[in-house]
Amino acid sequence: MNAPVTSFDAVSVTLLPPVARFNLRIDPKDLSAAASAFGLTLPTKIGEGAQNGDRAAYCMGPDEWLLHAAESDQQAIVSAFDKVRATTPHSLVVISDRELTLSIKGPAAAELLSVGCPIDLSRLPIGGAKRTVFDYAQVVLIRDAEEAFRLEVWRSYMPHVQGILEIATREFAAGY
Amino acid sequence: MLLIHCPYCDDTLPELEFAYAGEAHIVRPEDPSKLSDEEWRDFLFIRTNVKGVHAERWRHINGCGRFFNALRDTVSDRFLTTYKAGEARPDMTQLEAAE
Repeated sequence: MNAPVTSFDAVSVTLLPPVARFNLRIDPKDLSAAASAFGLTLPTKIGEGAQNGDRAAYCMGPDEWLLHAAESDQQAIVSAFDKVRATTPHSLVVISDRELTLSIKGPAAAELLSVGCPIDLSRLPIGGAKRTVFDYAQVVLIRDAEEAFRLEVWRSYMPHVQGILEIATREFAAGY
Repeated sequence: MLLIHCPYCDDTLPELEFAYAGEAHIVRPEDPSKLSDEEWRDFLFIRTNVKGVHAERWRHINGCGRFFNALRDTVSDRFLTTYKAGEARPDMTQLEAAE
């Protein structure tokens, strides 16, 4: 599954290499403790993201964050949060292997996503992320640029999501 | 498709992200063993089934994951307002005055 899924001029869909992912649940009052453990100020508004080098944090819910880091940093981050646990209750779950990430890039990226995403993609800010659905599969949609998205999909939903994107890309390429 | 306002995300989003979760403001009895069978049956199964403005629970399951409450007109299917879980049911006369 490492080869590009499919692509043509207007949009390309590629499977990205693995990253370390974490699901963090913490009281928003204690956010500074999490920020110092992760080394990045966490955004406070749902849908917002923050990025610094290969570390990124996205606010998914009132007390829930999705954290991204380089795969090699995974154990170090778990240890850092373990130290915080003594003073600040929270839950940090490693979900690196739960999901796979697709990159969707090109002028037709938003149009391709609209095949399965019911939300108004023009309102998703650059650098922001949102948990939503893609044809009944729960996904996290991250916007990196005007025409670049990342789609985090649970492994078991991946064949379904990838299949739909592949068919849609072929239809786009055929001019529908 | 219905558009529903999530009070936690503070955003109006498509119905597909949400799940219905029954009537709102049903308080579980403090001590169920003291209830008669009829009272327990009423708590478990008997619902108001209103024609008109209905207070109901929804969950933003494919989003922030939170439960919240909504006032929906069961005749027109229009959402009048949504509010966070734990808050009191909004007064309809105030809502109408604000509109």
